Amino acid sequence: MLYAILCYHDEDFVGSWSKDQDEAVMKKLAMVQDKLTQQGRLGPVARLLPTTAAATLRKEDPPLVLDGPYAETKEQLLGFYIVDCKNLDEALDVARDLGAANPGGAYEVRPVGVFRPGGIST
Amino acid sequence: MSEADTAWIETALTSARPQAVGALLRYFRDLDTAEEAFQNACLRALKTWPQNGPPRDPAAWLIMVGRNVAIDEVRRARKQQPLPEDDQAISDLDDAEGALAERLDGSHYRDDILRLMFICCHPQLPATQQIALALRIVSGLTVKQIARAFLVSEAAMEQRITRAKAKVAEAGAPFETPGAVERSERLAGVAAMIYLIFNEGYSASGDTAEIRKPLCEEAIRLARLLLRLFQSEPEIMGLAALLLLQHARSAARFAADGAVILLDDQDRTLWNSNMIAEGLALIDKAMRHRRSGPYQVQAAVAALHARASTPEETDWTQIDLLYGALEVMQPSPVVTLNRAVAVSKVRGPQAALELIEPLAPKLANYFHFHGVRGAFLMQLGRNDEARIAFDHAIALANTSAEAAHIRMHIDRLIRDSQPKGANGGARQGAKAK
Repeated sequence: MLYAILCYHDEDFVGSWSKDQDEAVMKKLAMVQDKLTQQGRLGPVARLLPTTAAATLRKEDPPLVLDGPYAETKEQLLGFYIVDCKNLDEALDVARDLGAANPGGAYEVRPVGVFRPGGIST
Repeated sequence: MSEADTAWIETALTSARPQAVGALLRYFRDLDTAEEAFQNACLRALKTWPQNGPPRDPAAWLIMVGRNVAIDEVRRARKQQPLPEDDQAISDLDDAEGALAERLDGSHYRDDILRLMFICCHPQLPATQQIALALRIVSGLTVKQIARAFLVSEAAMEQRITRAKAKVAEAGAPFETPGAVERSERLAGVAAMIYLIFNEGYSASGDTAEIRKPLCEEAIRLARLLLRLFQSEPEIMGLAALLLLQHARSAARFAADGAVILLDDQDRTLWNSNMIAEGLALIDKAMRHRRSGPYQVQAAVAALHARASTPEETDWTQIDLLYGALEVMQPSPVVTLNRAVAVSKVRGPQAALELIEPLAPKLANYFHFHGVRGAFLMQLGRNDEARIAFDHAIALANTSAEAAHIRMHIDRLIRDSQPKGANGGARQGAKAK
């Protein structure tokens, strides 16, 4: 079974890290990731840009695009896609197509800052 | 307490500060009391968090404790008798009280922070005082740190902040919930103040760049905070994008000896790609609103520079158009001067020179004007006139760094103009490099 581990933290707090603090955290995380990579157990890893860069597509008819992150506690995160797009409009088009295939709920479109494809061996 | 603990707590205090001081200000309606209450709460935090572990919601904890401590102070003063040691009670603050504080303050979150920032950029305060006050009150920088960034003595900075506070108290802070129009006015004022903070840091010269960099970083932090509060404001997206895209270049802007490195000569691998990615994502998002504004246009210019992996790839035609749009929104000779640089790349130095000649009376004392004009003349092979323009620029330079910057222009143009003929710079593609 593959497991997704989703990262949550207070953005005010993380945004107040100094460059050194940020680098120190990333270095420690890399050590954990390296071990998993050597074991062939690490899949893709992504660091998302801040929620301020996010847009949300509510899968209504017609779909409604909102600025900012997804924020509905009564709906749960069910999965995610990583898609290569030229810009936000293109990404929203993909989300619209997905939404037409699977209406209800919402898609958060969040730019990815760092992406490592990983090398899982299952 | 380990060093890591201290760093963690300091970051938590900094990040919670705007919300906590904002809420305490609403409660006490006095800047000094609010600040003191927050500082007292911070002292308690430093004492109790390492022992009891961090609270779930640091801001709520700080608001609650700050409020209690300040009220106790009043009681203590009134009764003239000591109260029992109450640290234990405070450190027992659990989720129930955190939740209460959150309920009390959550609904005000946005307006509290906006009010706090608005007070700092009070229209009656001169820009330097606005910046100093914001860095002290919203960001929590020490007077020493601010004085250092502004290259003035601590006493002078202390005085500047005290004066600003007195003026704000005199003017009275608006505590009612602002209406839509008023909110957008305040928002514009706050955005301008953040932009000023950034410019203070960005205008550093080579030997002060490291000292002033924190101002840029703080401005970016505040812009992100403001954007989280007002997620659908394209101009705030534009502001955040602009600051990120400009600051992304900071590592490449100065040589080891402090000399300025011009955009064309910067090592683009030193540009911060994460910041660029975030800035591009934000301007991309802002553009969808089709409500353009000066920050968005400037961010769009910065984005075009950031997208070019070599100077030759820079889309100067687009930059020319954007500066043209900015001239309409915010007519200013300085904007026209900036456009002239793009024009020189697209249509050659003659067109650029014609564009800026009418600005001469207005910009007679602006050293950049003479520097840019000199560069155009030089490219046209009018070397004697160019030399006079450069001499003007050097005479008007405010700092030795500015003068050195112009001298570098001269050296560079002398160097670059040599292999070319007298008309060598007149055509597109004849880059300054």
